[in-house]
Amino acid sequence: MPRRSDIHKILLIGSGPIVIGQGCEFDYSGTQACKALKEEGYEVVLINSNPATIMTDPEVADRTYIEPLTFEYVSKLIELERPDALLPTLGGQTALNLAVKLAEEGVLKKYNVEMLGASLEAIKKAEDRELFKAAMKKIGLDVPKSMTVTSHEEARVAVKALGYPIIIRPAFTLGGSGGNISYSEEDFERMVESGLIASPIRQLLLEESILGWKEFELEVMRDKKDNVVIICSIENLDPMGIHTGDSITVAPQQTLTDREYQVMRDASIKVIREIGVDTGGSNIQFGVDPKNGRQVVIEMNPRVSRSSSLASKATGFPIAKIAAKLAIGYTLDELPNDITKETMAAFEPTIDYVVTKIPRFAFEKFPHTSPMLTTQMKSVGEAMAIGRTFEESLLKALRSLECGWKGLDPIAGASPGEVMKRLREPTPDRILWVGEAFRQGIGVEEVYELTKIDPWFLHKISAIVKTGDTHFQKSSCPRSFRTVDTCAAEFIAYTPYFYSTIGEEDDLLARGTQGLWLFWAPAPIASARG
Amino acid sequence: MKKAYLILSDGKIFQGASFGFENETAGEVVFNTSISGYQEILTDPSYHGQIVVMTYPHIGNYGINPEDMESDKPQVAGFIVRSYCENPSNWRMTETLASFLKRHKIVAGTGFDTRTIVKYIRDNGAKPALLIVSDELPKDAVERAKKVPSMNGQDLASKVTCVAPRRCKAVAPRRREVVLYDFGAKRNITRMLQERGCNVTVVPATTPAKEVLKMKPDGIMLSNGPGDPAAVTYAIENIKQLLGKVPIFGICLGHQLLALALGGKTYKLKFGHRGGNQPVKNLRTGKVEITSQNHGFAVDADSLKNTEITHINLNDNTIEGIAAPKLKAYSVQYHPEASPGPHDASYLFDQFMEMMR
Repeated sequence: MPRRSDIHKILLIGSGPIVIGQGCEFDYSGTQACKALKEEGYEVVLINSNPATIMTDPEVADRTYIEPLTFEYVSKLIELERPDALLPTLGGQTALNLAVKLAEEGVLKKYNVEMLGASLEAIKKAEDRELFKAAMKKIGLDVPKSMTVTSHEEARVAVKALGYPIIIRPAFTLGGSGGNISYSEEDFERMVESGLIASPIRQLLLEESILGWKEFELEVMRDKKDNVVIICSIENLDPMGIHTGDSITVAPQQTLTDREYQVMRDASIKVIREIGVDTGGSNIQFGVDPKNGRQVVIEMNPRVSRSSSLASKATGFPIAKIAAKLAIGYTLDELPNDITKETMAAFEPTIDYVVTKIPRFAFEKFPHTSPMLTTQMKSVGEAMAIGRTFEESLLKALRSLECGWKGLDPIAGASPGEVMKRLREPTPDRILWVGEAFRQGIGVEEVYELTKIDPWFLHKISAIVKTGDTHFQKSSCPRSFRTVDTCAAEFIAYTPYFYSTIGEEDDLLARGTQGLWLFWAPAPIASARG
Repeated sequence: MKKAYLILSDGKIFQGASFGFENETAGEVVFNTSISGYQEILTDPSYHGQIVVMTYPHIGNYGINPEDMESDKPQVAGFIVRSYCENPSNWRMTETLASFLKRHKIVAGTGFDTRTIVKYIRDNGAKPALLIVSDELPKDAVERAKKVPSMNGQDLASKVTCVAPRRCKAVAPRRREVVLYDFGAKRNITRMLQERGCNVTVVPATTPAKEVLKMKPDGIMLSNGPGDPAAVTYAIENIKQLLGKVPIFGICLGHQLLALALGGKTYKLKFGHRGGNQPVKNLRTGKVEITSQNHGFAVDADSLKNTEITHINLNDNTIEGIAAPKLKAYSVQYHPEASPGPHDASYLFDQFMEMMR
């Protein structure tokens, strides 16, 4: 089906100021979307309060408003501009929240503005914890087990079924206050008591803990003909319990067999259909019990997310651009893959390299904040590196962080006691402590018990430390450049997007490129600079 | 680790290190772009006579487990990866990949510049080759590599088919009797039929049509398998005799054989389709399926008469599915049984159940 001709003017909401948890990734996706819509001949109106973005550059949208991203301002803008449609799924959470408010308050209806990509209902189903859980149960997917209790007696029964550690969430408290994790009977009664007091209706949700489980994400796209493709799988090196944004993550997934991966793939397709994201991208997170492979759905972002930008760069598949084109009526089999030119966007990228993302923290700028990593995101940016192997990409990412690290640097004077403590309590430089542990002769099994980082990663890190990571820095090894081509070289690639590796043939030279200058600037994306 | 050499029939040589059985092997070099699923790929009989190169660099990550076998043993002639994983991690694992390959005497190489091999095959076509584990390159290696036979004209189905019929009982309420022609069948074809309530009788590739009809099946399944379809002449003859008498569903080699029995022609693709991300358009519904594929030959579109083309590949527009509705026969070039790969096309088995009603 061709592009829709019944709409002409589209409003895009930017992501506003760069804050922790919402960085320049959404500038990247928003800019791609603006360009994609303009390319199709639509009039694009953009509102964003942050002028230090690419998307607010004069040539990107047809008209750009630098105004506060509040309900009042956006309502006024809709009244003034009278767009036909609003695309809310490409500007991060701020844009999505605003779109929900505009829909709920009747502004969109009043001015006859259509919401593209995801309906109000779909957004609410994905964002509301209870609605989401109910939806998952409806389609037969596993979620962490939970029970609602209103007394100590009921809580005792519940904990027998759910086991320790157990998550305690008081009902109807602001921002989840009064929530706790209980590890044993010793503190359980006390935490139940304080939870019951915190809840205005004396009600608690007790939830099975999946701390220490393996964590995965799939980037999914759907078009209006209900074609669904998975763009990228991501495996978190850090287990459940550390926010994905604060975790070292790797693409593609490494430790699932195909049988297990396909179960996850099937689940993610069911999720995007049930939640009802009509067109565009979504990010779906899963937890996997390392002991028996049980998979649970954690959450879904019904929009282009932080991970989408990573997945786009990791695979070469332009998620935001394609999402924008799907929103205005195209289907995946009608859109060309820019990289191969000959093939279509209706496919699943496959890669022949490994991508590692390491978060960048700036705790020195927040002296009163504990540097402990938890389920609340604290990183201010990240560095992503592509290598032919995990080892290569991990070391490149560590050096790109601009923390002064050359790789898995030794930690001078670290006592065995401190190493153990630092493994158990995750802080920004835990990866260096893992390396240090191996340097001091601690075994993979013990490091696993303390960190719950999958042994696959630990063995690789241990090998890097043992062989000396200088191996990867030797200037004597010939460097070469290989192509990011979405298809593992099955087709010829035309886009000049490369990464460096060592000891292999060079894709650039093989192409006959001569006299080409390469510039690269390995620098972390840091929101603190915004 | 000993060195390993891959010598193509045109004289091109690649070098790596051995991580499997230390010997030499011959076969056609092909590449597979799946990220996961190496165990299913290794044990798929369709890879008989082929040296498989994996495009994903880390292979062996989750070891080997007893459930993910697509036949009794690895079937490939050889296996080549960029970076073999010595320390796998997965809760189902019972063995490492290296120990599995050594136990079954499969030659395997790691540390190869696989992307360069893939590009070479992509540009020059799938090639016969030798994979040799040796401290140095044997002097006559190139000469001998030139003599490795091409896939064209080879009936390999007869090499991998079962010797005697085997019965697999339904695991859901029993509804249908299916005869599965084993040209190198993957186990998951049987599993998917059993799960849908079929008793499956797996028969050797050469079983005459008459004998199959004597079994009074509700449907006949033509399996996947290795080699050149045009060389499996006995199967084409049998299918001709069965057409119109019993519903027929073919997969991969089974699809090519059905097309040949319907009067069509097949040809060899330059380097084939092997991977779990191949987009196929269902021309009846207009929808796209992401499919698992493994084939080096294809059906020639111009050769088909009175046959509906039901599916095409969106990458190169080759035929992916055909149907002869009046004869109650249909087939697909790709793998609806997945294993490895996406489950998008499992509806084709439901369609078969409908047809057998």
